[in-house]
Amino acid sequence: MLGLCDCNNFFVSCERVFRPDLEGRPVVVLSNNDGCIIARSNEAKALGIKMGTPLFQVRDLIRRENISVFSSNYQLYGDMSQRVMNILRQSAPGIEVYSIDEAFLNLDQMPLEKLQPFARALSARIRREVGIPVSIGVSPTKTLAKIASKLCKSYPALKGGCLMYRKQDVEKVLSKFPVGDVWGIGRRICARLNAMGITTALDFYNLPAMAVDSQFTVTGLRTWKELHGEPCIGFEDVQQDRQTVSISRSFAKEMTTLEELDAAISTFTGKVAEKLRKDGLCAEQLGVFILTNRFREDLPQNYQIKTTLFEVATDDTLELSERAATSLRQIFRPGFAYKRAGVIATRLVPKKGVQASFLDTIDRDRRSLLMDIIDNINKVSGNYTVRLASQGAMDQFSTRAMVSRRFTTSWDEIMEVKC
Amino acid sequence: MSKEPELAQIHAGFPSPAEDFMDVALDLNKELVRNPSSTFFARVKGDSMIEDGVCDGDMLIIDKSAEPADGCLAVCFVDGEFTLKRYRNMGSYALLIPANKEYKPIRVDADNQFAVWGVVKYLIKKV
Repeated sequence: MLGLCDCNNFFVSCERVFRPDLEGRPVVVLSNNDGCIIARSNEAKALGIKMGTPLFQVRDLIRRENISVFSSNYQLYGDMSQRVMNILRQSAPGIEVYSIDEAFLNLDQMPLEKLQPFARALSARIRREVGIPVSIGVSPTKTLAKIASKLCKSYPALKGGCLMYRKQDVEKVLSKFPVGDVWGIGRRICARLNAMGITTALDFYNLPAMAVDSQFTVTGLRTWKELHGEPCIGFEDVQQDRQTVSISRSFAKEMTTLEELDAAISTFTGKVAEKLRKDGLCAEQLGVFILTNRFREDLPQNYQIKTTLFEVATDDTLELSERAATSLRQIFRPGFAYKRAGVIATRLVPKKGVQASFLDTIDRDRRSLLMDIIDNINKVSGNYTVRLASQGAMDQFSTRAMVSRRFTTSWDEIMEVKC
Repeated sequence: MSKEPELAQIHAGFPSPAEDFMDVALDLNKELVRNPSSTFFARVKGDSMIEDGVCDGDMLIIDKSAEPADGCLAVCFVDGEFTLKRYRNMGSYALLIPANKEYKPIRVDADNQFAVWGVVKYLIKKV
C-alpha cells in the first residue's frame, strides 16, 4: 500500500497558522503579482470563487463578503512545507515529495490493520505540530490514494485519514467521483469521455480494458489499471534529474527601457547560476526571453527569445550574465512595454563531467573557487550580500501588497506576542 | 571550498591523539529546539509578565505541539490577538494570569475566541 498526504488548501492553511481568527472565514491567496487567486479556503470556494480568477473580477465580492486576501508568501509556505515533509520522513520508510503540498508515502511494510489508525494519527500529528490540516489517502495505487485523500476532505468523520482498497468500497467511491477529477485524466480526455456518456470514475472503470486500450493513450490505460488496483506508477524515492533551470517573473509595472530589463535579466541569471551550482550542474545552453502583456490588446505585442550555446558548459555567474546581457541586447526592441522576462538554462550536464576545451579563455578552477566563496558569503550573511553590480534583489520584481510576515525565515519578521 | 590541497599537506607527523575522541561541537539549536517541526520563535511586546522575568523585546521559543500544563507560560490567542500569560485551566473557563501588579487576570470562556497556541519552552534575553 502507499499513502498520499495532501495539505488542505495549503497556502491558506499556512496563513491561518498565524491568524487563528481566520479559521472558518473565507480566505484567498494571490499569485506572485497579486494578479490571480491561486488558493482558496473552503469558505471562499463555497462563495463561488474559482481557481485562477483575476483579482479585479472579484473585488466587489471580496468587499461584500469580507474575504481576507493575502499576497503569496513563498518563504513562509516553503518553510511550512519542509516541516510537514520532515514529519512524513520520520513516519514512513520512504517518501516521494510530489509538490510543495503533496507527498507519497511508501507503506509496503505496514500490516493492513495498522494503516487506517496510522493515517489518522499522522494527520493529527501534523495538525498539532505544524498547524496544517492534511488529508492522507491510503490505497494500493497512487491514483486511488489521490481519490482516497480527496475523500477525507469531503468527510470530516474520516479524521484526515482514509484507507480505501476493498473492491466494493472503491466502486462505491468511484460511482460518485467525477471522471475529470481522476489523476491523469486531462481536460481533453475528459471531454471525450463525457461525449461518450462517461461522467463518473466508475463509468470509466467499468469500460472493458480492450476498449480503453484501443481508444485512449498509454496514460489512459495506465489510469484505468490503477483504478483497478494495479500499480502502474512507480514510487520515485530519488528525484529525477533536472532538465532545465529557469527563473521568470511578471513585472508589476511594464518595463520599457533596456536598463530596467538588464537589471531583471541579470538578477534572474544570477539566481539560475546559483541553482545550477547548488545542484552540481552546468548548462550548455542559455535562453533569454521577454514578452509584452497579452491582456493589453490596446498595446503593441512582442515576444522574443534568444538561445545561445556555450563552448564549455558553465555554472559561472559572470559568464552566464555576460551572455544573457548580450542576448537581451539582440532581442530588445524599443517601443514595447514588456510585462514578463525570464532566463532558462538547458542542456544541463553534471559539473564533474564537463568537457574542457583547448580554446577556453577562462581559468575555470579559479572562477569556480570565486563562485564557491560568493555562495558561502551569501549563505551565511544573507542573499545578495555579494552580487554583480547589475544584479538586483529578486523581490523588487514582484508586488505583494498584502503579504504576511516571513514568520519562520526572517528574524525581523517573527511573531509578536503582546504581554 | 578548496579543502583538498590543504588536507594533502598534513600527511607527515603524529596523528592527533584527540582524533578518536572527536565530538560534535555544542549546538544551541539542537539543545533549545527539540522538535523543529513544531517550534516557532516570537518577540515579546509589553511588560505584563515582568515579575516572571519576561521583558519587552525578549525572544520566545515556542513549542506549538506541547500540551499546556496548568500554570505554564503559554502563548494564547484571545479574540484576535496573541498574548503571553500563565495559563490556568479552571474547567468551564480559563484564567490568563499576568505577572505584574498593574494588570488583572483575564477570564476567558466559551464566549471568547480562545486557544492556547503554544507553550513557551525557553526565553532568550539580550544582556
